Amino acid sequence: MVEELTHPFSKYLRSAMIPHIWCPGCGNGIVLNCFIHALDELQEDLDKLVVVSGIGCIGRTAGYVNTDSFHTTHGRAIAFATGVKLANPELDVVVISGDGDLFAIGGNHFIHAARRNIGIKVICANNFNYGMTGGQQGPTTPAEAYTTTTPYGNIEPSFNLVHLATASGATYVARWTTLHVRRLTQSIKRMMQKEGFCFIEVVSPCPEIFGRRNKMKTGLEMMEWFRRASVVENFSDPSKADITPERIVVGEFVNIEKISYEKLFHEKIAHINEQKVNW
Amino acid sequence: MSGKKALLTGAHFISGDIACAEGAITAGCRFFAGYPITPATEIAEHLSERMPEFGGIYIQMEDEIASIAAVIGASYAGLKAMTATSGPGFSLMQENIGLAVMTETPCVIVDIMRGGPSTGQPTMPGQQDVMQAKWGSHGDYAIIALAPSSVQEMFDLTIEAFNLAEIYRVPTLLMADEVIAHMWEKVEFPSAKEIKIVNRRKTKVSRENYMPFMPENDFVPPMACFGEGYHFHATGLTHDERGYPKTQSSEVQSKLVRRLCDKINNNADKIVKVQETMLDDAEIAVVAYGIVSRSALSAVRKAREKGIKAGLLRLVTLWPFPEEQVAKIAEQAKAIVVPEMNCGQMTREVERAAKETPVAFLSKLGEEPHTPMEIFEEIRRNV
Repeated sequence: MVEELTHPFSKYLRSAMIPHIWCPGCGNGIVLNCFIHALDELQEDLDKLVVVSGIGCIGRTAGYVNTDSFHTTHGRAIAFATGVKLANPELDVVVISGDGDLFAIGGNHFIHAARRNIGIKVICANNFNYGMTGGQQGPTTPAEAYTTTTPYGNIEPSFNLVHLATASGATYVARWTTLHVRRLTQSIKRMMQKEGFCFIEVVSPCPEIFGRRNKMKTGLEMMEWFRRASVVENFSDPSKADITPERIVVGEFVNIEKISYEKLFHEKIAHINEQKVNW
Repeated sequence: MSGKKALLTGAHFISGDIACAEGAITAGCRFFAGYPITPATEIAEHLSERMPEFGGIYIQMEDEIASIAAVIGASYAGLKAMTATSGPGFSLMQENIGLAVMTETPCVIVDIMRGGPSTGQPTMPGQQDVMQAKWGSHGDYAIIALAPSSVQEMFDLTIEAFNLAEIYRVPTLLMADEVIAHMWEKVEFPSAKEIKIVNRRKTKVSRENYMPFMPENDFVPPMACFGEGYHFHATGLTHDERGYPKTQSSEVQSKLVRRLCDKINNNADKIVKVQETMLDDAEIAVVAYGIVSRSALSAVRKAREKGIKAGLLRLVTLWPFPEEQVAKIAEQAKAIVVPEMNCGQMTREVERAAKETPVAFLSKLGEEPHTPMEIFEEIRRNV
């Protein structure tokens, strides 16, 4: 009799959905790995966890994690998650999606969920382009980068996501690259324990679609860029944290306490009904 | 009305929008997400006050796309959920109405129709969105749509919409018009025990064996909600009974899309409601819905006074279309008159069901619905 070996983290994954769709050298697996490690270290109650994603390569994550999960339309993960969190504040609601999904088509939902301070946790895998549709320019594509729709180099300025999240009111903001697996895991753990709207940007390699057009043909070459350019600076000024070929500031930018929308709403309900009884 | 944490009972003089909001509360709706838009805003305003009194959630989202997304999320988290809008917002919601269809999300969408297209006439009535209700999102699917014609029905049919949404796991649309929404009338609120409320059909299958899209005999799958330990997946992608994406299988695509249509169309006999007035011997039948059906009723009465055998078929259900009911009146009638506040939408469905019987379409656009005399004249022309 040979004892069947199972992966220690198999309970976190839907085995029937594996193999995943991601390319060789893609960073999405690292993001998922760090997320699962964080859940495991936290001993997260999987019955209370909902993973929501939008459309794109990383959007398939919701299908891979063995929790309640929902794969929404393009850009609408945060709006959907808002409904889930308000309807049942006991649930831990995590949005895992990409830069195009969250900041182009879904940008409005991001800034308003952050402004309201809805208690959802957002992890953005930023791969600088639209990978699933074959590598088009997006809101985080660096200046002068080549994509299938910027054949002469990108002339659009890109969003600095951590600055945007901070200005919109997030209570926790961090940026890591897929090279910083231990720090990213610790950061996800901290985020999961916070109240209010939290955001982690993970700078992630996309060698097959983005890197090969920008002199980084392999995952390793993209990771070497991250190693060369990244600087850990906790609580530095997010407005000065633009990602450039020379410099990727990583670390925590914001970690503040602020009462969440759902908590305020339910306090209000209790208060209103107390008053009405007293009349 | 305010300050009472109780369902309304007895007689009240209120507007259609308020009746709709109260109907939602009575139906057990405990989540509303919306965005201000004339002439549906009063529904949101009223629910912002009433929802907290019942421990429910009211949230004003950043747009209508977000509103319907939040409604779908809240429904999956276990609450009966609703949004309300008008034409421009209804257009913005279409993609996620398709998501609600594909993920079989029970929810209610109220569209108070005004004049379109585009910004159109925000404070004027219209019936221009009834085909959009049927076909607005891309792909093939079926939904349920109801058309209230009084303030009383804004209350009654809102409850009915929630019941149908839960029975069939489908977004259900309340297609009202600006006049019905803003009109004030007396409404009788029955006591709670006199009202039929349908709650969610929960799964009885164990966690290990649960498949979120495995239908029962009526094509409808029982539902689990987030946080109940089922660890299920739902997606807008074509999926199998487990909810797992199957984007390359023609068999799965065909089976799923046909079931989504069949669960509504094959249950049409249980869903469809019409009101028949003086149709028994009618030679001229009027088919109408919403505010126009009230003018049509006066016109039919006037015709009878003048010795014309006229009758009215009022469509309470727009979708699935009351095909059999129209076919039945077409067999005996010489002609069918269809007055609508659009350029001809439901009239085409009537033509299809009426087969050989001639159908006279009476169009009206702009500030006011058809007058009884306009419809009466059309009846007389067709005698």
